[in-house]
Amino acid sequence: MTGQLPVLQVLLPLLGAPLCALLRSRVAAWLLFLLAALGSFGCAVLLAQRVATAGTQRYSVGGWTAPVGIEFVIDDFNTPVLLLVSLIATVVAVFSRRSLAAEVAAKRVPLVYACLCLVLAGMLGIAVTGDAFNAFVFLEIMSLASYALIAMGRRRRALLAAFRYLVVGSVGAVFVLIGIGLAYAVTGTLNMADLAQRLGGLHGNRALYAAVVFVFIGLAVKMAVFPLHAWLPDAYAQAPSAVSVLLSATATKVAIYALLRFAFTVFSATLVFGVMPIGRIGALLAVLAMLIGSAVACFQTDLKYLLAWSSIAQIGYIVAGISLATTAGVSAAYLHVINHAVTKAALFAAAGLLVLRLGSTRLDDLAGFGRRMPWTFAAVVVAGLGLVGVPPTAGFVSKWALATALLERGQWPVLAAMLVGSLLALVYVGRIVEVGWFREPSLVTVMNRPPVSMVAAIWFLVLLSVYFGLDPTLPSSLADAAAAALLSDGGE
Amino acid sequence: MRMTISPALVVMLGALGTPLLRGRARGALLVSLPIAGLAVLWVLPEGVGSSFEVFGLVLTPVRVDALSRVFATGFLVAALLTAVYALHLQDSLQQAMVLVYAATAVGGALAGDLLTLFVFWELAGLSSVFLIWAGGTERSYRAGMRYLAVQVLSGLLMLAGIVLRVTAGEGLEFGYLGLDGPGGTLILCAIGLKCAFPVLHAWLPDTYPESTVVGAVALSAFTTKLAVYALARGYPGTEMLVWIGAIMTCFPIFYAVIENDLRRVLAYSMINQLGFMIVGVGIGGAFGINGAAAHAFADMVFKGLLFMSMGAVLMRTGTVKGSELGGLYKSMPQTAVLCMIGAASISAFPLFSGFASKSLIMEGVAQDHRMVIWLMLLFASAGVFHHAGIKIPYFAFFAHDRGHRVAEPPVSMRVAMALAALLCVTIGAVPSLLYGLLPYPVEYELFTTPHVINQLQLLLLASMAFTLLVRTGLYPPELRSVNVDFEVVYRRFLPSAWHAAARGLTRLRACVRTPVRRDAEKLWMAATRSLRPDGRVAVTWSTHLMIWWLVLVLGGVLLLALL
Repeated sequence: MTGQLPVLQVLLPLLGAPLCALLRSRVAAWLLFLLAALGSFGCAVLLAQRVATAGTQRYSVGGWTAPVGIEFVIDDFNTPVLLLVSLIATVVAVFSRRSLAAEVAAKRVPLVYACLCLVLAGMLGIAVTGDAFNAFVFLEIMSLASYALIAMGRRRRALLAAFRYLVVGSVGAVFVLIGIGLAYAVTGTLNMADLAQRLGGLHGNRALYAAVVFVFIGLAVKMAVFPLHAWLPDAYAQAPSAVSVLLSATATKVAIYALLRFAFTVFSATLVFGVMPIGRIGALLAVLAMLIGSAVACFQTDLKYLLAWSSIAQIGYIVAGISLATTAGVSAAYLHVINHAVTKAALFAAAGLLVLRLGSTRLDDLAGFGRRMPWTFAAVVVAGLGLVGVPPTAGFVSKWALATALLERGQWPVLAAMLVGSLLALVYVGRIVEVGWFREPSLVTVMNRPPVSMVAAIWFLVLLSVYFGLDPTLPSSLADAAAAALLSDGGE
Repeated sequence: MRMTISPALVVMLGALGTPLLRGRARGALLVSLPIAGLAVLWVLPEGVGSSFEVFGLVLTPVRVDALSRVFATGFLVAALLTAVYALHLQDSLQQAMVLVYAATAVGGALAGDLLTLFVFWELAGLSSVFLIWAGGTERSYRAGMRYLAVQVLSGLLMLAGIVLRVTAGEGLEFGYLGLDGPGGTLILCAIGLKCAFPVLHAWLPDTYPESTVVGAVALSAFTTKLAVYALARGYPGTEMLVWIGAIMTCFPIFYAVIENDLRRVLAYSMINQLGFMIVGVGIGGAFGINGAAAHAFADMVFKGLLFMSMGAVLMRTGTVKGSELGGLYKSMPQTAVLCMIGAASISAFPLFSGFASKSLIMEGVAQDHRMVIWLMLLFASAGVFHHAGIKIPYFAFFAHDRGHRVAEPPVSMRVAMALAALLCVTIGAVPSLLYGLLPYPVEYELFTTPHVINQLQLLLLASMAFTLLVRTGLYPPELRSVNVDFEVVYRRFLPSAWHAAARGLTRLRACVRTPVRRDAEKLWMAATRSLRPDGRVAVTWSTHLMIWWLVLVLGGVLLLALL
């Protein structure tokens, strides 16, 4: 039984999806999603323990061995992603019952859960697979399901947002496919470990360079790297709240994981960052993302759009860490992936609660909400300080790590951009505080008691982010182990 | 790794319980905490306690050796005296803050690394400002703000220095720092600010006298002595300090002589005493460091005693202005006697504590053959006797009777003063008690005939000079006046310059304001237009724009990669 854990991890949500769609019952669908998320979290914990004790786990799907068949690989590098994704999914499951009931028509709720199951399966699949083409398949499963989820938003604009994301996302996915195809043409294999081995001697090959560029640009669309970010603000802001919690926390992060996987273990860091100028391009785009994303966030008039633009800026930090291609840089980026996922999930969840209670997330409608909902306001402020990077929040730990990594490489311009970005973050978090606390409350709102499940989910995430700030040993040891695992083969 | 508990933590956590208790129970807690701290301190073995790691930096919050132990003991003894002195208060915040403040000093003295030192350094400033604010007047509020600004500035300088040292790879260990790198220099500036180096000293006489009766006693003991400890630990034998210290012993004398507020006189005499300690640190070696440590210990007790007696006078008469006091010996005989014991100690009369400690520094200077410094210190010794030894008791308790008929202070305050006086006399009579605590073994015969006679000559001549001056009317009269010190630079010149500049700017703005403002607004709008929600960047991009960008980026990166 325990030998089947790697596949069980993906199979639980994947089987949950059709069941959700067939059952047509809101409660049953919710329960299925919760069980699937919990089950995959359990699998992730067990797998993490086994990796810690017994090293890398390899699993051949259907008994077909590696280069020919599809292989699942669990190592130090992807266990944190598995833990993060399945944990956030569990929290979203708890959060979603009341939130979805309020935002989505009753007959569509089981379909939402079916799609959520598919997204979860796709994300976990990307994380576990050791096969390049299989990674593309899971990427598509995740993307298609998320297009559908975004389209379920309350307003008609959600449909348009989903459509735009569909077009751009599909083009991005095609790029990934072209890249993988080129790599296959050059090497004749699709298994990642095998690819890495055969690519070793091909560093002058032009087709290989094209493969790298196609895969990276394709993934950059999914990561919402500036200027390929444009689908993100509408998608996150128009999707149902529970969906934006899950997508903002994990979808871009899984794409980042896939990028790291391809960059360091498939194509090798010497090729990507040594021979090709990907590192410098990445740093440039990261600086643009940090500055422009934060600056735009400062001017937003809707809380969800503000948070979405802040996500674009935060992805800039992560890309900056990756583009250093050092152990410290990758570890800092990885740490920021974890910390930002928790922080941003908390903020989007709080926004969901505001939707439920005030009916809107426009800043004008939120005037004075802090005085009526002090606990929600406190959660927003604590998580917001995490975005700014104020100690003792999780954001400080990862920004500190990133700053030291940048200093180590003497990347002063990037560091300066990062500091300016943090100052701008202070401005946009300050705006939320200004609106929520210092403005006179508007009188039109009808208050009802907040659902315990949603409050519990929000505060779990907020406290987790503070805990990661106070005692960063758990996430930073995971990130260090992941970075070490990545750079051990072929890194600088 | 051994687990060790810190006396600082014991006192600090205990102090937080103060507001919960009332009456006798609170009093018992106040008095027992420093005693418990002392017990913990002396039970701790020498060496480094448990250490732990934060962000890859090793912290050692407790490090006990002879130097830190003598300072920590001094702090806890002073805390005990202050706690007893504060027993009569109804204000639990002040009582708690006295102990928290004392605990930060103890924590600083036991800090084995610079980061821990920094934390306690800042906490000392933050906790003690409440003792100034407790005055409750607008004046004390403003003084507190100025005090806080200086303390925080000092902390920031220290943090900057620490960061520079860590990035230079010199680590966090709090041992000899020296002036080799920029980090060490910055940390010295931070310490110098708290230690009232000349020109940096202005905050001390500016703010201490604005504190409450109890607050001034606590303030006199901890902040500056913690700074002396940091100097003794980090910069022993630094030549510059000898001269800085010598200047510090001399220049406050002139201010102290003409100052009317007797607590401000004490503040100036404190700078003078700090000067002696800093000279000791600057000379370094066994005599210098021993002398600095011993003098710091003795100073905490006798300066505390003097501040206590002036506090008692302030409490009963409502003033400590020399021009409004006099003849109090009739109504406050006990306080008068105790004050004179403190005065005798600070003047280094043989058989009093100041003699035992200051002699070590003088001996160190003499053995180093520094004639000029020695003469400066001699002048300062005469001066300190003049303003602290004679002036304080004379103008407060004798001189011209101004008709105050008041009661003695509460019993608890008298007990605190009596305990302090007892310590002064004990250390003075049996100096080996203090010498035994010092970091280096002391092989020094204190009561030699020439030494004692020399000191008595000095004191007698100084008192003769005072008598002559007062008799002939040449002594600067005690006037209600404000004396100008370096503080005016930031209290008067800078604000007036600032206001002048602000006025000028307002006028300037009136001329150019309207056009510039309109243009600036336009410029700002133009610069941020694209960032606003309906701007070019932030507006929802159309699908074909997204695809264009995608193709553009792909093409660009491909080009760069393949070229």
